[in-house]
Amino acid sequence: MSPAEAATAEETPERRPSAGETMRRIVQGDLSSVRVVLGLVVIAIIFQVQEPRFLSAENLTNLMLQITTIGLISVGIVYVLLLGEIDLSVGAVSGLSAAVMSVLSVKHGWNAYMAIAAGVATGAAIGCLQGSLFSRFVVPSFVVTLAGLLAWEGALLQVLGKTGSLNITDPKITGLANIFYSDTVGWIFAAVIVAVYGALTAIGYRRRVAAGLEDTSPLPLIARFVFVSAIVIVAVAILNSDRGVPLAVMILLAFVVGMEYVARRTTFGRHVFAVGGNAEAARRAGIHVNRVRVAVFTISGTMAAIGGVMAASRLFAVNQNSGGNELLLLAIAGPVIAGTSLFGGRGSVWTALLGALVIGSISNGMDLLSLSSAVKLMVTGGVLLLAVLVDAVARQQRQTSGRV
Amino acid sequence: MADGTPLLELDGVSVRFGPVQALDRVDFAVSAGEVIGLVGDNGAGKSTLVKAIAGIHPPDAGTIRFEGEEVRIKGPQDATELGIATVYQDLALCDNLDVVSNLFLGREQVSSGSGRLSRQLDEVKMEHETADLLSNLAVTIPSLRSEVGTLSGGQRQQVAVARSLLGEPKVVLLDEPTAALGVPQTKQVLELIRRLRERNLGVVVISHNLVDVFAVADRVFVLRLGRAAGEFKAEETTEEHVIGAITGVGEGGEKNHDAEQAGEGEKA
Repeated sequence: MSPAEAATAEETPERRPSAGETMRRIVQGDLSSVRVVLGLVVIAIIFQVQEPRFLSAENLTNLMLQITTIGLISVGIVYVLLLGEIDLSVGAVSGLSAAVMSVLSVKHGWNAYMAIAAGVATGAAIGCLQGSLFSRFVVPSFVVTLAGLLAWEGALLQVLGKTGSLNITDPKITGLANIFYSDTVGWIFAAVIVAVYGALTAIGYRRRVAAGLEDTSPLPLIARFVFVSAIVIVAVAILNSDRGVPLAVMILLAFVVGMEYVARRTTFGRHVFAVGGNAEAARRAGIHVNRVRVAVFTISGTMAAIGGVMAASRLFAVNQNSGGNELLLLAIAGPVIAGTSLFGGRGSVWTALLGALVIGSISNGMDLLSLSSAVKLMVTGGVLLLAVLVDAVARQQRQTSGRV
Repeated sequence: MADGTPLLELDGVSVRFGPVQALDRVDFAVSAGEVIGLVGDNGAGKSTLVKAIAGIHPPDAGTIRFEGEEVRIKGPQDATELGIATVYQDLALCDNLDVVSNLFLGREQVSSGSGRLSRQLDEVKMEHETADLLSNLAVTIPSLRSEVGTLSGGQRQQVAVARSLLGEPKVVLLDEPTAALGVPQTKQVLELIRRLRERNLGVVVISHNLVDVFAVADRVFVLRLGRAAGEFKAEETTEEHVIGAITGVGEGGEKNHDAEQAGEGEKA
């Protein structure tokens, strides 16, 4: 056998992963989200047994509206967690940005879109500033954003002035969280989502087959497509049987899908994962590590501001408590519960949505049962602790079984 | 050298760290299609020499010629542009990313068409090129999409070496490529080094392990206390001779001192 023949004979088995290998890849990739979906089912069963209103269309619609703000803030938090950093200022930033928007709209009579843009720009600027301080002076992000948490809360009080609260009247702003689409529009959304998802899946698979990278059956992809389509159709059916698909849900979904695309499919996203995995390796590979860091904190500030705008829209007001209470901790807890690692380099933007769903349903269910805040806080804390322990155990297992 | 001008030639290169003379007027050369084992005791200056070539610590004195032309390597970028790739002992891989992502880290392929705008990754192209490169090198990785953190030490070393080849270098510097590897893994890595030689690259292998050095190197270059302490053709010398040069005692050491004074590395 000539060396060339030997090489081809050797290479064939590794280049073509077996069906079992592909299955393993898919299952492992989605393992944490499967875990979370199972958790959601358990939560739903527990609350449904005790309070039959839990799974009603009205309550599920309310749940979706309740999680919009946390979900949006968590999208930014996922990016920060991917770096292995933390942003404690997101709650305060969301409150301040909403206050800036409201003051410009109510007191200065700005056009709604200009006011919203100014609010979001406030968040982006704060994120950029914090990111620059963190990367330029190598101060732990924990400290920079903790200082931010205090300072921006003070700024919120300052911006609101003596009255301490501000009612938003512009329907363009309040509409963000209070517009519901008709049944027909809802179904059109569903059809478009399913069609686009199906088309992208098929195109991606074909390209891989054409490049000779895949010869396994497309069954797992088809199963996945059917699963996603079923969820979309069921969700639209439920929302339609109440007030319709809310604009807020579409906004949340758009940001989750868009930012997941950025994280998973773009050069920038790849660099975020690389810096979170091994910053020194990223630096030596020629990645501008500090630029990535500043960009990520800017994203975090921006998403916090967008979440704040949605919260203000839903409440029709901004007050001294905006962005306060446990919003910050829940926005960080969500992605961690759903499987984004606190240690950096592992996670997905979907965990922002899944985590918000877990936290939102627990909180919503306990509200329905009229449990006290004492119980609510303790239960939420317990769930977070459990999730972090699972993350830590998974990490240990990777480390012990990883090296062959 | 038998085959004309060396690829990379160092002439009287010195590096000083404060009061410490880390490298003292070292002459060193690598030709295309040649593997040089760079050996020496701890602190002999092996890493300093590699860092001087790689642009991490530019030399204080002496000249470097690349393909016969005098060059100044002031930073890692300069070395990369000339075609000098370095694989450090810590490999600098991201354990959380898969083989393809690590190979293309910092030089990702971007999709053509509408994906260009968002600098969308062309995963299919990258995976294809990775598969081609690794099969050319006969590197065996179970799946190109497995995370690098799950690979064995030998596989990680091979991934790191393969990555250094993406920039089409002419000289590859390997810092302790077989350290902490088991016997079969060491064999794989040595096999890979031989394949680099077949590709007509100049390869410099730093190693503590003389067995590994003798297994792949054409020439063995010994540093001792920052000075060149001898240069041997691997097939014409023995480990004892080289050890003598490394430690500076015994017959080997004296002979090499003579060779150094003659200003010529050829001992044969």
